[in-house]
Amino acid sequence: MSARAEIALAASAAAPTPVRPARQSTASWPLADRLAYLACWITGVGLCVIAAAIVVFMAVKGISYLSLGALTQSPKPSLLQKQSGGFRDPILGTLLITAIGTLLAAPMGVALATWLSEYRRPSWLARTVESALEMVAGTPSVVLALFGLLVFSESFLGFLSQHAENGSVTGSSFLTAGIVMSILAMPLIVASTREALAQLPERLRETSYALGKTRATTIRRVLLPSIRPGIATGVVLGMGRIIGDTAIITIVLGGEANRIEPAGSVPVLGLLRGIGSTLTSYVYYQSPAGEGNSHEKAYAAAFVLLAMVLALNAIATRLSTGRAALPFASR
Amino acid sequence: MSDERLAPPVIPVADAADAPAPAMAPPIRRIALDGAPTVAPARPAPACDGAAGAGHRAWRVRAAQVPAALVRERMRVESLWLAYGERWVVRDVSLPVRQGEVLALIGASGSGKTTLLRSLNRLTEITAGAARAGSITLDGTDIHELEVTALRRKVSMVFQQPNPFPMSVFDNVAYALAERKDGRGRRRRRTAALERAVEEALRRAGLYDEVGDDLARPALRLSGGQQQRLCIARALAAEPEVLLLDEPCSALDPISTATIEELIVGLRETVAVVIVTHNLQQAQRVADHVAFMHLGELVEYGPAEQVFDRPTMQRTRDYVGGAFG
Repeated sequence: MSARAEIALAASAAAPTPVRPARQSTASWPLADRLAYLACWITGVGLCVIAAAIVVFMAVKGISYLSLGALTQSPKPSLLQKQSGGFRDPILGTLLITAIGTLLAAPMGVALATWLSEYRRPSWLARTVESALEMVAGTPSVVLALFGLLVFSESFLGFLSQHAENGSVTGSSFLTAGIVMSILAMPLIVASTREALAQLPERLRETSYALGKTRATTIRRVLLPSIRPGIATGVVLGMGRIIGDTAIITIVLGGEANRIEPAGSVPVLGLLRGIGSTLTSYVYYQSPAGEGNSHEKAYAAAFVLLAMVLALNAIATRLSTGRAALPFASR
Repeated sequence: MSDERLAPPVIPVADAADAPAPAMAPPIRRIALDGAPTVAPARPAPACDGAAGAGHRAWRVRAAQVPAALVRERMRVESLWLAYGERWVVRDVSLPVRQGEVLALIGASGSGKTTLLRSLNRLTEITAGAARAGSITLDGTDIHELEVTALRRKVSMVFQQPNPFPMSVFDNVAYALAERKDGRGRRRRRTAALERAVEEALRRAGLYDEVGDDLARPALRLSGGQQQRLCIARALAAEPEVLLLDEPCSALDPISTATIEELIVGLRETVAVVIVTHNLQQAQRVADHVAFMHLGELVEYGPAEQVFDRPTMQRTRDYVGGAFG
């Protein structure tokens, strides 16, 4: 009886007990392989220990100093920790800056990524843009911040920011800081959008063209809706970058002003042109490193900051690995 | 190191022909496919009808051909040459495409049949370096004088892999329709007319009975065969005159394939159907006319019975007889 016939016979009978390959033991490996494996293992475990230590330490320190008052009161200028108020304004400042930066960066990033992936014409321009993007992505945020302050201090851009008492333009405001932040976040959004577009099967585009659709319609109605999770991942990563940045806040927003100080009395515009602080600058100035001496408040604020960033990272992970993220993975 | 390990044993043509072989076994011979055709047994191709002798028409999907009065020519390909870069992949092909019949393009991989199909709605143009010579007309008009989006609505296409868009069943079909603007240039909203058009398209594709109760479900949740019929519904939604199918069943199981083949045959009265297939048996089941292509050239074109039973060209006889492919 041939082997094939036997298999066919076995399949028609009751299912046999499957025999699975035994798990390989590292003891059989050469020494060099085992050492390298150990090194990798130690690095991984070490990283976990560090991550856990950060979270546990900040949680223990932060939660013990965290109170409802700290979250709801504005900071008060005081040398005494008890009287220095809470950090409601820095929390709001963080949210405002993140909103401005994201709202500016997301459409620009998606548009740029779409052009780079789907059009790329003229190609020399596309290559130039890619180099520029890499340069911006690699620029330290403190350099971006200095550059931003330089630009926004020009008097013709004075409508964006606050004016000093002598009438000169300071270049400092939530709006200008948000614009600089959008430059910081944009490369992340571009990268993840391009990645998602590149993973879409070519037949999706062809199908849409074959239905008599133009390239623009295809992008708008098929491609971009298909990569929503990819775009969202980039946006969330960009938000995390904005939330965590300190240099741009201290330089462009002028973070010592812990309270939000709107410029003028026009409701929204005044707020956008006003100055204030965010959690990062608050932590910096309240910590022993800054001039403040409210280190308890700094710990509590740092914990809130960490919680926000971790939450965003969790969202990004969920978006990029969830079922919805891979509509074509099954094929 | 001996050469025996590198080169597989070669059976010369003469030996294979002389060797005692089972009576019905197809000839396995080495043939020079870019040279002159080899000599094949001059008998009707064994095709797939086994020993029954009833002929493959027993498996034809349809009952009868469409009456000749209803058959009319929609497209005409006239001395068409197509190239990618410097390489001509379709050489001097002339064909009619008629409503009322299914035209099957058969041939081995690389024979240019898919390129020919894609040129019919100018989908070749999205490939960089594509070039052409000769003419293709749709109802007497050169397709290169039509606006490309208008042409592709009239000459619609379904691809090898079922590829619905990642949206609902309804939106997939409506997408093919919705870009029509109303009088004021605004995009049509979800109207009763749109819903009727979507339902009609799904019915024509034989899918409405299966998905009609929940058109909002994600299209990617459907089975492979249903997805492919959804793609056909989507291609039919804009009421095309010609439907191009590029190996529509090669990713499907036999049951889904049979469903789609019936559907294809049923559609030919209202739309001219061109199907590219690797699967000779499928071509026998669905086609009225068959065009056999080899290395870019149209070797033989004719009614399916003639191409499969009484091919006039030696190369066709080799191919349908299973000598290569």
